[in-house]
Amino acid sequence: MHEMSLCEGILGVLQQQAKQQNYQRVKTVFLEIGALAGVEPDALRFSFDVVMQGTLAEQARLEILLVPGEAWCLGCGTAVTVQQLYDACPNCGSFQLQISDGQQMRIKELEVE
Amino acid sequence: MCTVCGCAGSEKAIVDHDHPHDHPHDHPHDHPHDHAHDHDHDHDHNHHHDNLHHYGLGPAHAHAPGLSQTRMVQIEQDILGKNNQYAAANRRHFNAQGILTLNLVSSPGAGKTTLLTQTIEQLKSEVAISVIEGDQQTSHDAERIRATGSKAVQINTGKGCHLDAHMVGHALETLQPETGSLLFIENVGNLVCPAAFDLGEAHKVVILSVTEGEDKPLKYPDMFYAADLMLLNKTDLLPHLEFDSQRCIDYARQVNPHIKVLPLSAKTGEGMAQWLDWLRAELALQRIGYV
Repeated sequence: MHEMSLCEGILGVLQQQAKQQNYQRVKTVFLEIGALAGVEPDALRFSFDVVMQGTLAEQARLEILLVPGEAWCLGCGTAVTVQQLYDACPNCGSFQLQISDGQQMRIKELEVE
Repeated sequence: MCTVCGCAGSEKAIVDHDHPHDHPHDHPHDHPHDHAHDHDHDHDHNHHHDNLHHYGLGPAHAHAPGLSQTRMVQIEQDILGKNNQYAAANRRHFNAQGILTLNLVSSPGAGKTTLLTQTIEQLKSEVAISVIEGDQQTSHDAERIRATGSKAVQINTGKGCHLDAHMVGHALETLQPETGSLLFIENVGNLVCPAAFDLGEAHKVVILSVTEGEDKPLKYPDMFYAADLMLLNKTDLLPHLEFDSQRCIDYARQVNPHIKVLPLSAKTGEGMAQWLDWLRAELALQRIGYV
């Protein structure tokens, strides 16, 4: 359940940016979460509502853009899509995969006022 | 630097301002544990100095709502960016001091503390060893470590399920590990959350006991993906179990083709020599002083 900590991290960024970008309230938070980031979107939504209570982002909407996991297969030399870290290459069955995308947890943009 | 507003960072400009800016940073600095970490300043916040850091406390900050117009702000920030900054600071410190830091992760009960006490007993004549102990509550583990004669700091995470780099930075101030020494961070017993948090360590070492089931690497892939070394502990129990070591190793490699594996028993000492040799080799590498 580190989704709670992640939401505290998000809140930290929102508070820091509030000074730099001069806003008082956050209405929507847009996140980019990779399929291989080890984050459960439902748990993140639940924690988000709890953590944002009584802050500048109370009642804010959370928009999660899910990014598929991508890897480079060293076995057959192709770029493939994977659902899990332990997936085999769908072309050749090799487990020699180098993850190239889908591990990110990023705040993309905010709707603020 | 204040990370609420970034005030000491002169490169940070305020954009989209629609009023004159004549108040130089006059907000109160009353936030517990929320500042950058450079290891050479005094702390003016509440802080336990009894080798027990507690993080189960602290309310969120509240800000009054305003009445300005809605707009979009591009942020593009890593959610764990702040933790990663603290981790980078810790890592710079470890590299500068030639300290080998290992982040030990496992389920509760995999035998981390017993492995540590045995390791310390066998290595303490060669190298100074200190330990940061993470648990939700109690300082039992730190007491077990101190009984070996090594320095230990207990961090209680309260409701937290993992250690973060900021907690470790604070523990370092209390612990003061020696130059060229070995520092173990025993993370909270949890195969999920500690995987995501870089503490500044040289390696994550995952400990899996053979009583746990050989498919743990598939059930908790993030941790085995993040670890560089897997210790297969309690091998003395193998005759009594239906644990297939090779299958477990295959599963771990399926998740992480680069993971190294050492089977051992902290209780009987089987395999401990190889683990100690790995530690000596890594310590030698850390003392080279890579740039």
